[in-house]
Amino acid sequence: MQLSTSILLIIALAPLVGAALAGLLGRQIGRAGSHTVTILGVGIACVLSFYVLYQVVWGGAQVYNHDLYTWFQIGKVHASVGFMIDRLTAMMMCVVTFVSLMVHVYTIGYMSDDPGYQRFFSYIALFTFSMLMLVMSNNFLQLFFGWEAVGLVSYLLIGFWFKKPTATFANLKAFLVNRVGDFGFLLGIAAVLYFLGTLDYSQAFQAAPSLIGRTLHITQGTSWDAATVICVLLFIGAMGKSAQVPLHVWLPDSMEGPTPISALIHAATMVTAGIFMVARMSPIFELSSGALSFIMVIGATGALFTGLIGIVQNDIKRVVAYSTLSQLGYMTVALGVSAYAGGVYHLMTHAFFKALLFLGAGSVIIAMHHEQDMRYMGGLRKYMPITYITMWIGSLALCGVPFFSGFYSKDAIIEAAGESHRWGAGYAYFCVMAGALVTALYTFRQMHLTFHGKERFKVVHSHGHGHDDHGDDHHEPGVLHHAPKESPWVVTVPLIALAIPSLLIGFFTVGPMLFGGWFGSAIHVEEAHNVLGEMGHEFHGALAMALHGFTQLPFWLVVAGFVITTYVYIFNPAMADRIKRALKPVYVILDRKFWVDEVYFAIFARGGVALGRALWRGGDAATIDGAMVNGSASLVQRIARVARRLQTGRLYEYAFAMIFGLVLLLGGYWLLGRG
Amino acid sequence: MITLSHFIVLGAVLFCISLAGIFINRKNVIVLLMAIELMLLAVNINFVAFSRFHGDVAGQVFVFFILTVAAAESAIGLAILVLLFRNRHTINVAEIDSMKG
Repeated sequence: MQLSTSILLIIALAPLVGAALAGLLGRQIGRAGSHTVTILGVGIACVLSFYVLYQVVWGGAQVYNHDLYTWFQIGKVHASVGFMIDRLTAMMMCVVTFVSLMVHVYTIGYMSDDPGYQRFFSYIALFTFSMLMLVMSNNFLQLFFGWEAVGLVSYLLIGFWFKKPTATFANLKAFLVNRVGDFGFLLGIAAVLYFLGTLDYSQAFQAAPSLIGRTLHITQGTSWDAATVICVLLFIGAMGKSAQVPLHVWLPDSMEGPTPISALIHAATMVTAGIFMVARMSPIFELSSGALSFIMVIGATGALFTGLIGIVQNDIKRVVAYSTLSQLGYMTVALGVSAYAGGVYHLMTHAFFKALLFLGAGSVIIAMHHEQDMRYMGGLRKYMPITYITMWIGSLALCGVPFFSGFYSKDAIIEAAGESHRWGAGYAYFCVMAGALVTALYTFRQMHLTFHGKERFKVVHSHGHGHDDHGDDHHEPGVLHHAPKESPWVVTVPLIALAIPSLLIGFFTVGPMLFGGWFGSAIHVEEAHNVLGEMGHEFHGALAMALHGFTQLPFWLVVAGFVITTYVYIFNPAMADRIKRALKPVYVILDRKFWVDEVYFAIFARGGVALGRALWRGGDAATIDGAMVNGSASLVQRIARVARRLQTGRLYEYAFAMIFGLVLLLGGYWLLGRG
Repeated sequence: MITLSHFIVLGAVLFCISLAGIFINRKNVIVLLMAIELMLLAVNINFVAFSRFHGDVAGQVFVFFILTVAAAESAIGLAILVLLFRNRHTINVAEIDSMKG
């Protein structure tokens, strides 16, 4: 049977309609109207996405791949708008729309006091549309459209509070860093077109084997393997969007945006676009072992080192942001060892528990009256039990404790890295293994600082001035005017709805998705390095895997992380400062985030300013304005100053000049005529 | 025997005198006008001489035109001179240089 085109169109366009209504008519339909239309649009998309997933997986629907509309045609280049729906796409659609729906509901509570309420709903619905266009695309150009559109919405949302200078700085930074990646991505698409002659996925993948042995001459005397060039360029795009080292710097700063979008865009969906893209292009990536090694090393570096930074962060959202960077590194490692299914699987589980952690952090932030510094929290568990329990579920899933969803995906990635024989796999294995300990350290530290231990805030019931300074973010750190309380139901319901898949989805889906060839033709792996296939021989069900997990090193690393953080932050709070002093150089390195920001700032930002200044002073002011425009004018002036002396105004001198000239002319004639 | 060249030399001498009158005279605009008048007469002598030499009266007709125009010109020139004197109270050529650059 065939999927219905109109259903797919409704899925993609319903959020767009919601966004347009809330964005353009927000004033007319009001706050309630805005959140109703956008939630309705995303809700319809979500329900239909699950229907499509059902049809694709159980209903026996064929892979849907049709062009719906010709965007433009230039020569042989045919750019169309079309959908390609297979199991990978259907799964992504469900993840995107489900997390988006949860975030929409949550936003009602989180943004209730914000004057930009309608605008916010319009943006997040627009984001859902863009992301759906990205994942449902059947060609590279539409993918690029979605890619840029989510980048734009991300920019708009990071700078949502545009009166805050740090937010506008952060959104500019995110936009610029993404441009670097997008440039590579665009070159990659151009390389695909150049070598394969088509932008359509299925045609390109069919023609992909012809890339073997072809080379590209970029400079004289060097030749590059075509497949490696394409893959590396496409992956540079993924590095920007999925915040891989060294283009990761924008993601922590993007926490300047409101928490719901941190959950939706900068944790659960948009940043995974790069992972999805690589998995989608697996037939091309499989051709280049070199490019996959590159991907693996980049991912492994990110997985370990950004996690380390997370340990020293004090802002509750930044801890989660760095954990996102680290987890994206894990996914990238999975792609690099050809375990695409593992990467996408971790993408899915991560989307649930990371959205949960972010929304939980947001819930804490609401309770603390927009205080984000964990040093002024502590002991919140008795005030907000639902947030507390759901955050624990998310944290355990993040750490990869057996039976939680994160365990299945993360353990599979660690094992796949160990099994792989690709160049650099040893380094990757070490990084992801050490990353397990690091993950446990920052996660449990965050939980302890936030929910356990002594309360490090004071509740001062303000008299007289009432609510005047309520919501005034930074009056005095650690002083609240009301005791923290559990968030309203619009906040807690999404938390619970996300906690359930965080807890369960791994157990039920690990068998088919990781080892059962669930993705079918959507993901292509060469037999020679099919690590998941090898691991599949030792897979005896989710229960056995989890029980086996208790005997494995990653689990004991997590236990070690728990013991260390519990001792340091609960039983001996002075210990943290002592460790900090003892390991001062390490602490400084981590606190300064390996100086990546500073180096970029010095080289690219200041370098750009210096280059601009040089061009302005030297090129514009001196050459064009100085030499050419003003120069020609002053040259004329200088000549004229000399020439005007000839105009004496005396008649006899003019007459003399006339006669003298005549004599000269005639004399010349006469002389020449004689000669 | 007076030949054509005598007339031409006379014309040339008159012309050079008038030229010198224009250059050397720095005092008086009237002298300037007179020198221009003399220059025209020198040209007229040339016209008449060649007219006679070629046996063609057209040159002599031309002389009448030139005399007429010269009369008109000196009338206008003198009128300008009067106005100039009224305005500037001088006819010193060296002082009339308001058109200088």
